[in-house]
Amino acid sequence: MVNVIIDNIKISVPEGTTIMEAAKMAGIPIPKLCYLKGINEIGACRVCVVEVVGKYRLLTSCNNCVEEGMEVKTNSPKVRLSRKRTVQLILSEHNCECAVCARSRNCTLQTVANDLNMIDHPFKSEYKKEPWNKKFPLIRDSAKCIKCMRCIQICDKVQGLHIWDVESTGSRTTVHVSKQRKIEESDCALCGQCITHCPVGALRERDDTDRVWAAIDNQETITVAQVAPAVRTAWGEALGLSPEEATVGKIMDALKRMGVDYVFDTTFSADLTIMEEGNEFLQRLGSGQLNARPMFTSCCPGWIRFIKSQYPHLVPQLSTAKSPQQMFGAVMKTYFAQSIGVSPEKIHTISIMPCIAKKGERKMELFDGEYAGCDVDTVLTTRELNRMMRSAHLDPKVLKDIPCDELMREGSGAGVIFGATGGVMEAALRSAYYLVTGTNPDADAFSIVRSQKFGQEHVEAEVTIKDTTVRAAVVSGLGNARKLIDAIERGEVHYDFVEVMACPGGCVGGGGQPIHDGEELAFERGKNLYFLDKNAKIRFSHENQDVLKLYEKFFEKPLSHKAHALLHTDHNAWDMPKNTH
Amino acid sequence: MSRLEIITPNKAQLVVEELYKDLERRIEASPPGLCPVDMSRAFLELCHAQTCGKCAPCRIGLGQLKNLITDVLDGNATMETLDLMEELAMSIMDASDCAIGYSAAKMVYNGLIGFRDDYEEHIREGRCTCQYKHPVPCMAQCPAKVDIPGYVTLVGEGRYADAIRLIRKDNPFPATCGFICEHPCEARCRRNMIDDAINIRGLKRVAADFAGKVPQPECAPSTGKRVAIVGGGPGGLSTAYYLQLMGHQVTVFEMFPELGGMLRYGIPNYRLPKERLDDDINAILETGVEVKHGLRVGTDMTIQSLRAEYDAVLVTIGASTDKKLGIEGEDADGVLSAVQFLRNVGKNMIEDLSGQEVAVIGGGNVSMDAVRTAIRMGAKKVSILYRRRIADMTALPGEIEGAIAEGVEVRTLKAPAKIEKDENGHVKGIYVTPQMISRINDGRANVKPSGEEDLFVPCSTLIVAIGQNIESAHFEEAGLPVSRGKIITEKFGGFDNIPGVFAGGDCATGPASVIRAIGAAKVIAANIDEYLGYHHSISAGVEIPEPNLEERVPCGRVELTEREACERVKDFEGVELGMTENEAMQEASRCLRCDHFGFGIFKGGRENVW
Repeated sequence: MVNVIIDNIKISVPEGTTIMEAAKMAGIPIPKLCYLKGINEIGACRVCVVEVVGKYRLLTSCNNCVEEGMEVKTNSPKVRLSRKRTVQLILSEHNCECAVCARSRNCTLQTVANDLNMIDHPFKSEYKKEPWNKKFPLIRDSAKCIKCMRCIQICDKVQGLHIWDVESTGSRTTVHVSKQRKIEESDCALCGQCITHCPVGALRERDDTDRVWAAIDNQETITVAQVAPAVRTAWGEALGLSPEEATVGKIMDALKRMGVDYVFDTTFSADLTIMEEGNEFLQRLGSGQLNARPMFTSCCPGWIRFIKSQYPHLVPQLSTAKSPQQMFGAVMKTYFAQSIGVSPEKIHTISIMPCIAKKGERKMELFDGEYAGCDVDTVLTTRELNRMMRSAHLDPKVLKDIPCDELMREGSGAGVIFGATGGVMEAALRSAYYLVTGTNPDADAFSIVRSQKFGQEHVEAEVTIKDTTVRAAVVSGLGNARKLIDAIERGEVHYDFVEVMACPGGCVGGGGQPIHDGEELAFERGKNLYFLDKNAKIRFSHENQDVLKLYEKFFEKPLSHKAHALLHTDHNAWDMPKNTH
Repeated sequence: MSRLEIITPNKAQLVVEELYKDLERRIEASPPGLCPVDMSRAFLELCHAQTCGKCAPCRIGLGQLKNLITDVLDGNATMETLDLMEELAMSIMDASDCAIGYSAAKMVYNGLIGFRDDYEEHIREGRCTCQYKHPVPCMAQCPAKVDIPGYVTLVGEGRYADAIRLIRKDNPFPATCGFICEHPCEARCRRNMIDDAINIRGLKRVAADFAGKVPQPECAPSTGKRVAIVGGGPGGLSTAYYLQLMGHQVTVFEMFPELGGMLRYGIPNYRLPKERLDDDINAILETGVEVKHGLRVGTDMTIQSLRAEYDAVLVTIGASTDKKLGIEGEDADGVLSAVQFLRNVGKNMIEDLSGQEVAVIGGGNVSMDAVRTAIRMGAKKVSILYRRRIADMTALPGEIEGAIAEGVEVRTLKAPAKIEKDENGHVKGIYVTPQMISRINDGRANVKPSGEEDLFVPCSTLIVAIGQNIESAHFEEAGLPVSRGKIITEKFGGFDNIPGVFAGGDCATGPASVIRAIGAAKVIAANIDEYLGYHHSISAGVEIPEPNLEERVPCGRVELTEREACERVKDFEGVELGMTENEAMQEASRCLRCDHFGFGIFKGGRENVW
């Protein structure tokens, strides 16, 4: 233990504790900006400086450790002046038009400046507007970038894709897409982790809310929305609702109040995905196709972009099943359109997703059959849903818990857990067990594939179904996925079925979710999904009566010709940028 | 009233003079990779501030040039801007009255030609191709990427054995390099910005001096793979070391009776005591390297035969043949190459040169080794004959000073012309043509004959130290690509069309340094491992200590002292004296820990495992 005095408070802390952590233990939260625990401890912003008695120069508290007998002042005149000047300098490099920023009220720089009672700064504002492709789902505003380097670090250390890098030197040093590429030429997976870890509004999703408003306002158009499982765990966070209050039914109510004609829960198409993907897995397993390499899940478009750019030779190992979003879009424009007697062209499908990559996924493969164009017409992130609700001046407190529309109303607990890492695998195993044995397993029989904590590298499990052993692995985060695939490729491990989700913790930690600087909420949100599953009326995808009806009336059976046409996809039908490695 | 005044500098002038020195040191520590356009702009502003203001092209033109460069940097320029800049720079060069103007404009002009690509990228894409390349300057400059801030701190804490473990992760010759590394790590040391570079090599020697015997880490389980390495110099032995740690069985083929290559048969004992070299070699051999002495590739075996018998073959034969002067009389008895001369001494065949006059041709480190060795062999007079000036010599300044202190005559501006033999065909002396220094081309001053008459320098031994070559004939026959006497490998150290054969060290780079050979050895060891189908990793198992948080106040650099010149010339014992522990602690505490402070903590590139 090391004895230190921080702002006159004596405290003993373990050796190797940073000054910032020690101060926190003493009840003193030191202001910080670039710091991101374990990811970005580089002392770049210099906001967290403290004075150590006896030393002339200030030290950053985030990455320097306490020493025996050290006396620290976190708010001395020298510290106050330096911190103020530093924040003023950062503000001079930042476009401070906060009124027109998606991160206003949730901006760390704004908070730090407000907390320091900053009402003006004496420096000339100098920020650079660099051009950016505004059609791309991921938008960077160079005028707001404060060069905290977090985006670079998240992409390097967690996602392992190295999309961002420092560019140029001297006063013109900035962050840009690495290797002189443009973002649309890069192998960006669109996971959006750089967005959710950006302290300011320099990175955001392309805002598509106007497209939704336009579709709602168009009297000729029928708007049909779906809401992904992970959205229900997070949408209330930004509106001051507790997890208990923020039910999925209230999202449905909000959508209806804003004018959406029909609302559905993606849990339904998650169950549909299990029917297709589960049967496909058993077929591929039975025919020996998985002897050398596993089948990979295909629900996560960030993962699809990743495998296509990083391991193109493994693309045939992907399940051909579309993701639940895409399946639902296809069903809305066929089965559902027929049921309400309108042509698919009149339908505008909307999905509310915790994800940026879903905005890209909707454009990847265009359909030309029963309908022409996209399965899903507009994708909104959870954050955009929040902003739309605010702009419609909806009071979250008055929202009612209403059911989805009929025909595709039902959703199982298995479908709900799609939003958490391990959820797709668990749901698939529940139904695979039934498909092979004809009886249901205990609904929690495969809970071993669940993650035990945030940041877990991967989970593996051997599951015996009748006389077959299925070797399964679950991984989230693309850096972890790369490690696992490399181990598979080197022959060090072998699996039959691997679930991959691009974002750490799964969709609950998605790049489109509400942002809480410095907090990783994926695991907590995931627990919420498992709670909903535990208490769900049905817990097996194959017991979803509306899905069964869909097969009976429309698709005939899983993997039927029609199911192949509408619910499966060719992952080779589109290219990731050619000029990537 | 006084007719004349004594001029004393005022306070402002004194401070500015200090600032110039600060700036000089700062530029010395300037890391590569900075945006050259931005640097041009900054230099130009400095130049502009120096203008006296009398002449229009300089006073106004340099400012307008700066405005144009700023337009380029700000994305407000077109290709026509570059044309205008070029024209303006030329007109300032032509029309300025003095060097303040025309040399400033020439810097801009040279940049416009020299890094046109970067100018154009700024204009076309509004982006810069440059990135900060040296987050931790010492590590970035070290060819073997040794964890310098790490071991410097360990030495400062008195943890010498851990320092050795950490060094060995990247360099299995800690003692050797503590004596004779050319220490490129010190060149850009950021401490220069405060006072002076850290004495890194000196601190490495401290680690080796005080650590005692440090056991090797355990080798990985045997893979059953066998690797042949031709040449037991620093490159071959370093590769052998890492491959043994990875579990492969290495056999080193060495034509001489002892290992070490140039370290033993080139570098004199007074610079690198052989017992210290043996410390490193024995530690390497502890990992189980097999050695076969007396075998020469091309005569006793061929690359093909080795390739057939072993899973992989590495060629590290160094560069051990000499370059010729190509002048009359070179065939005389008593004329020999520095390589040959030093090798004989390395083999303990020490001739008595008492009463003789010895001349050495060349101005590199090998030349200094030859003259200082000749002095120790009792020669009456030893002279260096060099065609340029001392400042143009490639030898380390310390080596030149050492030679002069030991009584060597340095005769500069003397180009060899003709060797004179006596009636027995023995060298009698050499005629040299006096030179005068001349134009500077590509940064190096040329010489031309001064027009004076040739001088005769009498000598009974003439040593030629003008460079080395490799014995490449056999390798060329074996199908290895050889160009200008070097084996040309791909970047991974092997050959695209000859799988399993690798080459490295001096034979692939031309005569270079120990540390470059070791750097190549790491690359090749990793790639041979990969080629054999493995992914072993090498690590030190030493945690890098947190930096001390003390102020870095200016403090002189500890320099190593030497034994008295008049004493040391009498023997071949080590010349340089190591630091005391006290000195080492102070010197280590000067380290700025660029791995922790500054860009290093963000993109320092520390590899705890490779």
